[in-house]
Amino acid sequence: MSRLVIEAEHAESAYWSDLWRYRELFFFLSWRDILVRYKQTTIGVLWALIRPVLTIGIFTFLFGKLAKMDSEGIPFPVFVCAATLPWQFFATAMSEASNSLITNANMLSKIYFPRLIVPASAVIVSLADLLLSLVILAGLMVWYQVAPNWRLVTLPLFTALALFAALGVGFWLSALNVKYRDFRYVIPFIVQFGFFLSPVGYSREEILRKMGDGVFGPVIYALYPFNPMVGVINGFRWAIGGAPLSLDWNSVWVSLLVTTLLVVFGLRYFRATEETFADII
Amino acid sequence: MSAAIRVENISKKYILRHQTGGRSRYVSLRDVLARRAKALFQKNPADASREEFWALKDVSFEIKQGEAVGIIGRNGAGKSTLLKILSRITKPTRGRIEIEGRVASLLEVGTGFHPELTGRENIFLNGAILGMHRAEIKGKFDEIVAFAEVEKFLDTPVKHFSSGMYMRLAFAVAAHLEQEILIVDEVLAVGDAAFQKKCLGKMNDVSQSGRTILFVSHNMEAITRLCSRCLYLVKGELKLQGETREVIRAYSEHSKQLSGEIDLTPLPRRFEGNGAAQLLRLRSVQNRNTAAWCYEYGTPLEFAVEFSVSRTLEEPEIGYAIFSITGTELVSTTTYQECPLEQLLPGQYSMRITIPDLSLNPGTYVLALGIATSGRSADHILEATQIEILPSQLSIEKGLHKIWSPITPHTIFELNHI
Repeated sequence: MSRLVIEAEHAESAYWSDLWRYRELFFFLSWRDILVRYKQTTIGVLWALIRPVLTIGIFTFLFGKLAKMDSEGIPFPVFVCAATLPWQFFATAMSEASNSLITNANMLSKIYFPRLIVPASAVIVSLADLLLSLVILAGLMVWYQVAPNWRLVTLPLFTALALFAALGVGFWLSALNVKYRDFRYVIPFIVQFGFFLSPVGYSREEILRKMGDGVFGPVIYALYPFNPMVGVINGFRWAIGGAPLSLDWNSVWVSLLVTTLLVVFGLRYFRATEETFADII
Repeated sequence: MSAAIRVENISKKYILRHQTGGRSRYVSLRDVLARRAKALFQKNPADASREEFWALKDVSFEIKQGEAVGIIGRNGAGKSTLLKILSRITKPTRGRIEIEGRVASLLEVGTGFHPELTGRENIFLNGAILGMHRAEIKGKFDEIVAFAEVEKFLDTPVKHFSSGMYMRLAFAVAAHLEQEILIVDEVLAVGDAAFQKKCLGKMNDVSQSGRTILFVSHNMEAITRLCSRCLYLVKGELKLQGETREVIRAYSEHSKQLSGEIDLTPLPRRFEGNGAAQLLRLRSVQNRNTAAWCYEYGTPLEFAVEFSVSRTLEEPEIGYAIFSITGTELVSTTTYQECPLEQLLPGQYSMRITIPDLSLNPGTYVLALGIATSGRSADHILEATQIEILPSQLSIEKGLHKIWSPITPHTIFELNHI
């Protein structure tokens, strides 16, 4: 028979094995969120497609036609699509994860389970959205005859990078959100700000091209990958764009490092505050 | 038999923060920053808004395997906190607990139910939340559906369920848990009389099958039937433990010594009133020999409410409502229904309220009070006190102990041969 010891002074010793034991709950919560997401709106699945299609259309007009940004040798809609999909994935995954503890407050105060499951499963819905919207990407690639090569297989890696970046931020913000209820106003701000700090409608190279002669241009260019989405978006474009694109691997390593730090410290903060969630939520 | 649960000196401390407009458990970043900024300019940054509160103090007990134990006590005695600690939802501030076996805790029926999902989907979801494995749920699926009596509606979203169906389904999932230890909080009061009996029967089966049950309820009847032993909590301390009948006797004895006068000012408000009036005190008015807030069935319910008026109230209404312990509003009325008032000038008042014939069946209820002016709330307290309607000669003669509904109105039945 299983034996459990609860002590005030000691942290849960079986934390990670508990997390493994509750893996089914993780699947069920993800399944619930996906089910509800596609059931709730009448247009259901279509909504996951309409949103990126409209965004890509507008960005192509704004950045491609009006601002005449350079798309590094691939058709502009494909160029924008390869960035819009991971960016929207990151933005929704991060927001959902950050608000997840509050939305599931009732469960938290009535049932024990490793709290980490909540933000982790919240991210999965956005992943389903991403998978669905890959149809758009495929369609655009066929239409504009962009032939992918072997690099396409690296796409899941960059997706994973975006997922962990969203989780890392999500761990932080969801825990902070429980403690300071007005933290939720920060999240839309991060999304909005982050959009402009990510190369969705332009490429990172554009910074050097337009500001390279000044003092700030090269500095901004170098600091840019500290936004983990820079590595993700560059990687996405590289993976699907085929031959004409090159990838600055350094930017990917920097993004990977930042993401790792986000996850590690996010987890630490989450675990440190986790015990008090039920008391204050 | 060996111990299933061994609790050693556990205590739980909460920090309450008093904010304008009631108590709140969470803070906003804005307030924290404002307080820090203020503290910079003050000499004594003593935080008067923080108050420590011990929900449990040095509680120790042991529960043997296969035992069914009841936990009783007034609201706020720490029963729910104790269950939350045993369920690992929250950690004790001090102390140590050893639990032998898997625990299923049922602090609420239907935790995690989603209105958009169908009955079938919710069974799986809720089962997983309660710690069942997929295979386990699959194996018990038909049993659960049969128990809940919802076969026809399995593929209907539960938002279309009646509240009775919803509760039955929720309880059915919980009733089929297989964990060795079951922790149950006041959840049996769901559904209609027949279903309540079914639930109690199921709990009985569970306890007969050798599993350990820890059971919180205000329903002394259910406790007596189910539990051989009882723990009695008073203000966070374990006052008594022992054989159920003895503990329940001590509980009702102790209730009699409760004060008949209640200070209403610190109690939480339902929503912010407009400040024109404030409820101050509630006094129990009794000339009989029962304890404060205990009324024998068939005797009038009497109490007095004291309140202050700071601005002239136009068309004031003073009223009360009585809730069941599970939060269902049973009866309510205000002065408007009996004797509409035109105006109340500023000052202090006492309103004596007498309910000659309440028809409320024996049990525990919650009294709510409110003052309104021109139809808008001035002050409103959801839980002013608990009141106890005690069984009397009359209620036994009427056979009210066999009725599950809270109200049995005086009714005239006329039979004619046609």
